[in-house]
Amino acid sequence: MNPTALYETFMALEDPGFWQETYMQFYRAWFYEDRWLTYFKGLGTTLYVTVIALCIGVVLGVVVATICTAHDQQRPGRRNPVLGLINAVCRVYVTVIRGTPMMVQLMIMGFAVFATSREKTLVGALTLGINSGAYVAEIIRGGLMSLDPGQMEAGRSLGLSYLDTMRFIVVPQAFKAILPSLGNEFIVLLKDTSLISVVSGKEIVYFARAIVTKTYEPMAPYLITAAMYLVLVLIFSWLQGKLERRLRQSDRR
Amino acid sequence: MIDVKHLSKSFGKNLVLDDLNEHIHPGEKVVIIGPSGSGKSTFLRCLNLLEAPTKGTITFEGTVINDPKTDINTVRRQMGMVFQHFNLFPNMTIRKNITLAPVRTKLMSQAEADDAATALLKRVGLEEKADAYPAQLSGGQKQRIAIVRALAMKPKVMLFDEPTSALDPEMVGEVLEVMKQLADEGMTMVVVTHEMGFAREVGSRVLFMDGGHVLEQNEPHAFFANPKEQRTIEFLSKVL
Repeated sequence: MNPTALYETFMALEDPGFWQETYMQFYRAWFYEDRWLTYFKGLGTTLYVTVIALCIGVVLGVVVATICTAHDQQRPGRRNPVLGLINAVCRVYVTVIRGTPMMVQLMIMGFAVFATSREKTLVGALTLGINSGAYVAEIIRGGLMSLDPGQMEAGRSLGLSYLDTMRFIVVPQAFKAILPSLGNEFIVLLKDTSLISVVSGKEIVYFARAIVTKTYEPMAPYLITAAMYLVLVLIFSWLQGKLERRLRQSDRR
Repeated sequence: MIDVKHLSKSFGKNLVLDDLNEHIHPGEKVVIIGPSGSGKSTFLRCLNLLEAPTKGTITFEGTVINDPKTDINTVRRQMGMVFQHFNLFPNMTIRKNITLAPVRTKLMSQAEADDAATALLKRVGLEEKADAYPAQLSGGQKQRIAIVRALAMKPKVMLFDEPTSALDPEMVGEVLEVMKQLADEGMTMVVVTHEMGFAREVGSRVLFMDGGHVLEQNEPHAFFANPKEQRTIEFLSKVL
């Protein structure tokens, strides 16, 4: 029996039961007027925003972490004043971003800084990227710091340059160490894209809300939204697990 | 070969090396002993600038290595270093550990470096471990690989920072054996160690350090038979 026919059968009932009522709500949230298309439109935006924010976040994070680490690893007495200044800027950035709520940052960007912009989705992606960058920077910095300094010393004592030692010895090991927290950060980012609906970024929650305003039945649309995020996160965790297993190759005994 | 003049090093307010003067001649095997905190490791680490001296100069074959204008990487390529905790690169195979530096510094091509690695591994009896990862080796094997990794750069001098202190007692012998071989081949060596037997047998000169000074130095037989300073006698009575 096709869903529409079943829906019409239930609609004709005088006194539908709980499951029949639930089915009808679900039908109105999903099949009715092809509403399911809008969720996937929203899903597309969510993925698009996540990818953009991820790229911005990783680039910002790497740059900020590199600056902070290079600054911290200078020899005492040979500090570079320009680097010190840039480092201070990075510190302020990390402190402000981590010290204020994501939603407030979105409102400032969406309603104040880019108040006249029509590309609210893009504004949302930018804000998320800037936000994520601060966290990614701290994760990367932590990873670089957690590595045994002996690794750097061993590389340098062989006559390798600072950059070569970083590239072949420190970064690959640090990357493996930070992968779980980085994956975690990406999952948080993916879910935080739902917040851009407050500046009318058109992702899943935005469309779910639009349906609720038509049906006045919030249960089904929001459950569908939750399920979609869950599936996305599960796929992502699975990919992350695969990558981690691959990188763990050198740990085998 | 290495000339140390008025070397001082302090960490914050803590003076670790106090106006040290020393000269290391080619072919010498200098063994540095002393209680912990005496500055012997710091002294060794200053020789290839892993620690920057607070005062004084260190000259390696006519180059002042702690001059900011000196390219320290070029100097370090000629000085091998072996660490207490091996510091092998766990993300690479043994072969890659050995060949990375010679290839990256353009000392050898990858093929030459691979051949050199095979030859060096054969020499320490670990040629079958070339494709293993460091985590699969015992401590003694790791340290022998670390020595070989330093040797792959064809250094003129080898610095050893307590190479056997982190090993199980039964693995100390195999590492000392490799070092002995190296000494017999005429390598210039500076060794910080607690192995008094090694100092006596292999060393051409023993330095006793305490409180940031070289308190006493001598040819090993005379040093162990007739220590002169009260502090040396005290130390030797405890460790021998």
